[in-house]
Amino acid sequence: MVKVTVDGIVVEVPSGSTVLQAAELAGREIPRFCYHERLSIAGNCRMCLVEVEKAPKPVASCAYPVADNMVVFTDSPMTREARRGVMEFLLINHPLDCPICDQGGECDLQDQAVGYGRDHSRYAENKRVVQDKNLGPLVKTVMTRCIQCTRCVRFATEIAGVPELGATARGESMEIGTYVEHALTSELSGNLIDICPVGALTSKPYSFVTRPWELKKTDSVDVMDAVGASIRIDTRGAEVLRVLPRINEDVNEEWLADKSRFAIDGLKRRRLDTPWVRRDGKLRKATWTEAFNAIAEKLHGVPGERIGAIAGDLVDAESVVALKDLMGLLGSGNLDCRQDGARIDGARRDFYTFNTSIAGIEEADALLIVGSNPRREAPLLNARIRKRQVAGPFPVAVIGAPAELTYDATWIGDGPSTLTSLLDGSHEFAAVLRDAKRPMIIVGQGAIARTDGAAVLAACWKLAAQTGALAPDWHGFNMLHIAAGRVGALDLGFLPGPNGKNLDAMMGGGVDVLWLLAADEFNMSRIGPQTFVVYQGHHGDAGAARADVILPGAAYPEKNGTYVNTEGRAQRGLFATFPPGDAREDWKILRAASTVLGKPLPYDTLEAVRARLEAANPVFSRVGQLPRFGCSDHSGPAGDPAVLGEAPFVSPVSNYYQTDPISRASATMAECAAVYQPALLIAAE
Amino acid sequence: MAFLDRTARGFLLSEIFGGMALTLRYFFKPKVTLNYPYEKNAISPRFKGEHALRRYPNGEERCIACKLCEAVCPAQAITIEAEPREDGSRRTTRFDIDMTKCIYCGLCEEACPVDAIVEGPNFEFSTETREELLYDKDKLLANGDQWEPVLARRLELDAPYR
Repeated sequence: MVKVTVDGIVVEVPSGSTVLQAAELAGREIPRFCYHERLSIAGNCRMCLVEVEKAPKPVASCAYPVADNMVVFTDSPMTREARRGVMEFLLINHPLDCPICDQGGECDLQDQAVGYGRDHSRYAENKRVVQDKNLGPLVKTVMTRCIQCTRCVRFATEIAGVPELGATARGESMEIGTYVEHALTSELSGNLIDICPVGALTSKPYSFVTRPWELKKTDSVDVMDAVGASIRIDTRGAEVLRVLPRINEDVNEEWLADKSRFAIDGLKRRRLDTPWVRRDGKLRKATWTEAFNAIAEKLHGVPGERIGAIAGDLVDAESVVALKDLMGLLGSGNLDCRQDGARIDGARRDFYTFNTSIAGIEEADALLIVGSNPRREAPLLNARIRKRQVAGPFPVAVIGAPAELTYDATWIGDGPSTLTSLLDGSHEFAAVLRDAKRPMIIVGQGAIARTDGAAVLAACWKLAAQTGALAPDWHGFNMLHIAAGRVGALDLGFLPGPNGKNLDAMMGGGVDVLWLLAADEFNMSRIGPQTFVVYQGHHGDAGAARADVILPGAAYPEKNGTYVNTEGRAQRGLFATFPPGDAREDWKILRAASTVLGKPLPYDTLEAVRARLEAANPVFSRVGQLPRFGCSDHSGPAGDPAVLGEAPFVSPVSNYYQTDPISRASATMAECAAVYQPALLIAAE
Repeated sequence: MAFLDRTARGFLLSEIFGGMALTLRYFFKPKVTLNYPYEKNAISPRFKGEHALRRYPNGEERCIACKLCEAVCPAQAITIEAEPREDGSRRTTRFDIDMTKCIYCGLCEEACPVDAIVEGPNFEFSTETREELLYDKDKLLANGDQWEPVLARRLELDAPYR
């Protein structure tokens, strides 16, 4: 620790930290463009100049290490004069087109120019001209605005792990680009928009749509994957216009994946805004009363064991508990939330959560990924794995389809046979896991959503137990989910009850009445032709097409919902805007339906539903928190590790951009899929 | 004595005659009123009348949808929506002014970086229905086309003081 005096405030900082960090600690704000906490230091914008006692010139505080008894002035006449000079140089080539710039109103350069800029320009020569680059369908470039801070280059190289951006030429001719023009191949490219301090990189779908001061900001939780990133939903009127990440060190740091950020235009398309009832083989618009009566009529006299319910991927815990309670009152135990048929064992919570926690990845020292492509299934978690590997040696091995994961990963096999050789110790990676102090195993849904899934799950657990991944202070067994609503539903026990049918048993006429809660991800033709299907959801997707009664629900920005992410962290999304038309919040629909069915649910308010949630599982009472835990009970999930099949593991996400009803309805995501995965589209045709 | 004086004035109607004399004097003086609408007063170049959206001489609309007028409007009378035009430029798809909300303060005109929205000299735009006072972009652009020579002249005259 060294002692530094910043503007008369004495602070102690670790030796090796920079003057800028010391100043932050002292509460002094220093303007900066190129410096970013999570990126390497470049020191090329020179905006952070400060005066250091006995130094002949102002120094760039972001790159200058502290020394003991250093005296720093961050607001002396000399620093102010120096920053004014820097600002004048930055503005020489910056077009003053703030009125047509989307960054206007939330631009670092604009803000700093108020403090350090002159009121007029002394530069009469021509400004430099740079051609705009094409970075794909998400990021719009206006390269004349670029101030060459190289944050984007460093982000792409260091965080996203796609070293595709770079600076060519020097001085005034310097340009940022992709060398050969192509779209950025990263699932995190939207973050470039956030880190660009000026308007050089802005959002293409959002371009010219609105101004930051017109937006209402609501904190929420992302549901496009199971990571549950903290987001801020920006709305104007009833329209969701933008989604931005919120800082949450435990989950997403300050990044957000592209699907979460850009799929929101899907919230405006293909929406269910009124109830529908199928009459004479054709869906017709109806009122809520007619829809409820149609259900009540159908349910009349149907025994409980002939009624089933399936919860979808985007559902909030409130509606799941309401549906579960309703099914309980109707006498049905036919519940399932595993649309993909994943052989999840719900007996113990650590069998189906990401127990190491996302932040815990940084403490691990060896990783085995089984049947998952985290880059497509959870880009933010993938970025965390990359962060861990950048920090130091971190052997990663993958069993499953070979894929580029943005970090060094050894592909060691594609199926359960490799798992067997790891178990008997004949594979060399078994020794790596065993020698590691804190090994991690990530089991993807691709490994367990198959007929021998239970065996694979048990084998992975056994491997974890064998390699010391299960210790009293370290839990290295992790399941990576892809559905935001899955863990919440599992926590509520939305699984077949005693003698209850699972999804497969409910298909082909296994039940007479099937209630789909936003469930769209399984093949609807498997449902028997005589089964009466009630679809409650927000998009006209696969489920609604098969339904006999459609109850329009609310999508995630339109309700107060609790979601449990893959780590098992309960998080709350707040109501940002009203659902369209007659659509309502899902638990309220179930509450209303229960009255018509003559079995009223015992809660009328959101608080009462949440009290019910907490009673069902104490996890829901600690919102946002996730205590770290180890594992002392090594008894594994049901399943015999010996009966592994032969088929190779396949990641369930083949097309990252279109995985759920919202992203399938999104024009932006369709464009992305066409640009980034053209082979898939051709195959689909 | 004072009592006598007051009573004498009261009975002799001297105040009435004084007033009548004043009236008679003004009867022969030049008139200050105007015979509106056949006569109109001269107005200042800064007069804040009916709004107009201007165009560049080549016919391109000036407004770039920066929304500063919308932000500054104290009566919140302006509503703007924008999206990229086919050629990629930033233009409004909607530019509404609620003339019944507008307080004619002229802040929109001052906020505009491209002199697109201006308040012209026209104050004779009364309508029979309220709806006609909800101006849309077409109406505002038509106003601009109609008044452009006057608007340009006014801006020129006011320029030294800006």
